[in-house]
Amino acid sequence: MKLDASELIALLKGDAQADKVVPPSGYTATLTLFTSAAMAFLAVFALALSLATGRLADRWASELARSSTVRISAPAGQMDAQTRAALEVLRTTSGVASAKALSQEEQRKLLEPWFGPDLPIENLPVPQLIEVIEDSSGYDSDGLRLRLSAEAPGAVLDDHTRWRKPLIKAADRLRFLGLLSILLIALATGAMITLAANAALSANAQVISVLRLVGAHDAYIARAFVRRFTLRALSGALIGVVAGMVAVAFLPSASETGGFLTGLGFQGWHWLLPFVIPPLAALVAFRATRTAALRRLKELT
Amino acid sequence: MIELQNVAYNYGGGELLSDISLKLAPGSFHFLTGPSGAGKSTFLKLCYMELMATSGRVQVFGRDVATMGRDEIARNRQRIGVVHQDCRFLDHLPIAANVALPLRVSGRDTSAEEANLKDLLSWVGLEDRADALPAELSGGEKQRAALARAVIMSPDVVLADEPTGNVDWEMSKRLMSLLVELNKMGKTIMIATHDLNLIRTAKSQVNARVLRISNRQLQLAGADL
Ligand SMILES: Nc1ncnc2c1ncn2[C@@H]1O[C@H](COP(=O)(O)OP(=O)(O)OP(=O)(O)O)[C@@H](O)[C@H]1O
Ligand SMILES: [Mg+2]
Repeated sequence: MKLDASELIALLKGDAQADKVVPPSGYTATLTLFTSAAMAFLAVFALALSLATGRLADRWASELARSSTVRISAPAGQMDAQTRAALEVLRTTSGVASAKALSQEEQRKLLEPWFGPDLPIENLPVPQLIEVIEDSSGYDSDGLRLRLSAEAPGAVLDDHTRWRKPLIKAADRLRFLGLLSILLIALATGAMITLAANAALSANAQVISVLRLVGAHDAYIARAFVRRFTLRALSGALIGVVAGMVAVAFLPSASETGGFLTGLGFQGWHWLLPFVIPPLAALVAFRATRTAALRRLKELT
Repeated sequence: MIELQNVAYNYGGGELLSDISLKLAPGSFHFLTGPSGAGKSTFLKLCYMELMATSGRVQVFGRDVATMGRDEIARNRQRIGVVHQDCRFLDHLPIAANVALPLRVSGRDTSAEEANLKDLLSWVGLEDRADALPAELSGGEKQRAALARAVIMSPDVVLADEPTGNVDWEMSKRLMSLLVELNKMGKTIMIATHDLNLIRTAKSQVNARVLRISNRQLQLAGADL
């Protein structure tokens, strides 16, 4: 790796003379440029997908972490009894970590945004709320509803966020697939550049053997090839990233209720992330070409 | 400089050279003769490390070739000028750039050697052909360019494989006197050739030994020349 770093620096400094000892390589150059542009374009989308599904999963997960609620609407006289009964049911329900009836003070706070601070809550038929926190295994909501209706007929279980649980799993999976795609794109880029580099090395077998015979070091010969492919991958990826970002920027924005499609794109500093792709492509090209060139050179004395 | 001890070489179809021992002393001048296909080029390739002996030991500049790393081989090649039988140029570069190639790959400043390069090209009579591509040169012109490339690094050893195969007698004598000149400056020279006249001419100018490959062996040729 250390040797790689000094090689990389020598390469960036450039040596126009060393470049000329290998003849220009025509169509492999164009193909490499095109390939890395296309791959970078795809990588931008994979990245956008990962980030968007990541955001979605995080948002849903944080909503899930909130408790579900049991709402008790009963005539004033039965309120306390039903609340106690519901709490007893919840206490004995497996999957419920804790259940707590909200005090009048807490209920007032909840209603404040809608009705103002002076709401005479004592005199209103406001339902009693019980906050239910699940443990990690979760409870069986149908079973709980049955038992509640038997013990406290005025109790209604509201677990409206639970249905999202499998969706969070799906979103997490999508994020993982997005990241996996980026990895596959990187590997495919490496494979294609290896093929292109091998084609160039074969086409220049004579040149390489002459250079070796007049006393060129392996690093010198490899550099002439590595430099080309690295620069091509870099500029191709830059083109691809810019095109991909333009495409993402002009995605029609879905409404809040658009669900999954909402915010398939970049937000805030995430717009900078795609610019990691070109240097990454250059690094992949550097390693692929260098490995291919040194392997070829080992076949010569 | 270069020393072979009981060296054998085999391309795969039986031994071509066997049990060859030779020591090239600094400043010595050798001719290498033998029938076509006897293994002269093969012998020279062993000396400049293009081929590795299948048995025995080859030492170059006091180091065993078998234990040298790739970079060490490259460095040592910069001290050995070689005229290959088939010249071996980069076909896309003009002759001047080809002759300067050893300077370039060893990281020397080619612009500083510009005058040197010009002198050398005119010495081999190619000053007008400096910008021509190798494919545009005649066989003899190529060989002269190859000789120029072999000596541009001012190497300690010059190995030349048929350097006068395609040039006329006048040019042969001129190239030979360049090699003799280099030998007088202390360089070690070895030339593979069929041309007995050339050997005779050289022997009058320099103390040359003549080696002959026959029956897979290297022998010192007698006074029959
Ligand atoms: N790469 C190779 N693979 C297999 N056989 C080879 C190879 N190179 C040379 N030979 C064989 O080895 C033998 C010696 O070849 P070499 O080139 O050393 O001969 P030479 O003495 O230089 O001949 P010439 O005077 O014609 O140049 C020849 O029979 C040749 O066919
Ligand atoms: Mg030969």
